[in-house]
Amino acid sequence: MDGNDSRQRRDAAMIDGAQVSRRSIVCGGLAFALVPALARPAQATPAEMADAIRELTGGTAVKPGRVKLVLPELAENGNIVSLAVTVDSPMTDADRVKSVHIFSEMNPVTTLVRFHVSPRAGKNPTLLTNIRLADSQRVTAIAAMGDGSFWSGETSVVVTIAACIDGG
Amino acid sequence: MPQPTRIVMPTSAKKGEVFQVKTIIQHEMESGFRRDNRGLAIPRHIITSFVVRYAGGEIFRADMFPGVAANPYFGFTTTAVETGEVVFTWTDDRGDVTTERRTITVA
Repeated sequence: MDGNDSRQRRDAAMIDGAQVSRRSIVCGGLAFALVPALARPAQATPAEMADAIRELTGGTAVKPGRVKLVLPELAENGNIVSLAVTVDSPMTDADRVKSVHIFSEMNPVTTLVRFHVSPRAGKNPTLLTNIRLADSQRVTAIAAMGDGSFWSGETSVVVTIAACIDGG
Repeated sequence: MPQPTRIVMPTSAKKGEVFQVKTIIQHEMESGFRRDNRGLAIPRHIITSFVVRYAGGEIFRADMFPGVAANPYFGFTTTAVETGEVVFTWTDDRGDVTTERRTITVA
């Protein structure tokens, strides 16, 4: 336990900003639980999400609209958050959805999931899944259309128990 | 090793009808960002790909990342084309493949 204890003290010190107070040591157990989440490679930032989106679109402007992303406003458990995304499209040869990409601005990996939609999916296809959210944040869905255009929808979620301690 | 799955879809449909398919597979989807009680990183173990084929074509595909919740669940729609098998394939990052088949009768 010696190794752990000294690490706890150090971590607590780091969190409190260098000063080791008695309270910080008392809180060490809690701090220790949080440290893996804090110490791992940086979580994604809104800038990283913008980069991932640019990589997808190749610089084509993303137009807001046509994509309806539904997530709970308040997610009690970030480990499982239900997601529904619907794209307005007649799914004809001229106007169809090719793929839908879900991005997070706070999770360790900014791309959460990618759906590839078949022309046979039917009008205004809806896709369902469950995602993890590491923190309260904005989630963005981008639909890539057959004609090369991109449309986006976004929604904000408040997460009570983050998935960051348990996963990401 | 194949994992237990549940698939919900109709067993019959009218030609041209759009129907919904819902699937779930048991999998921990270990993100690779957690640590065990010794502080060591738990290696990533996730399903990375889910492909559904029916009537000679791919009708749905999902690429998964650690941000997909454990026991990956998907719902999507497709059009009834012909009587035949719908084949579901999940592949994880250790090369484990789970395949399920369901028959739909199209009148």
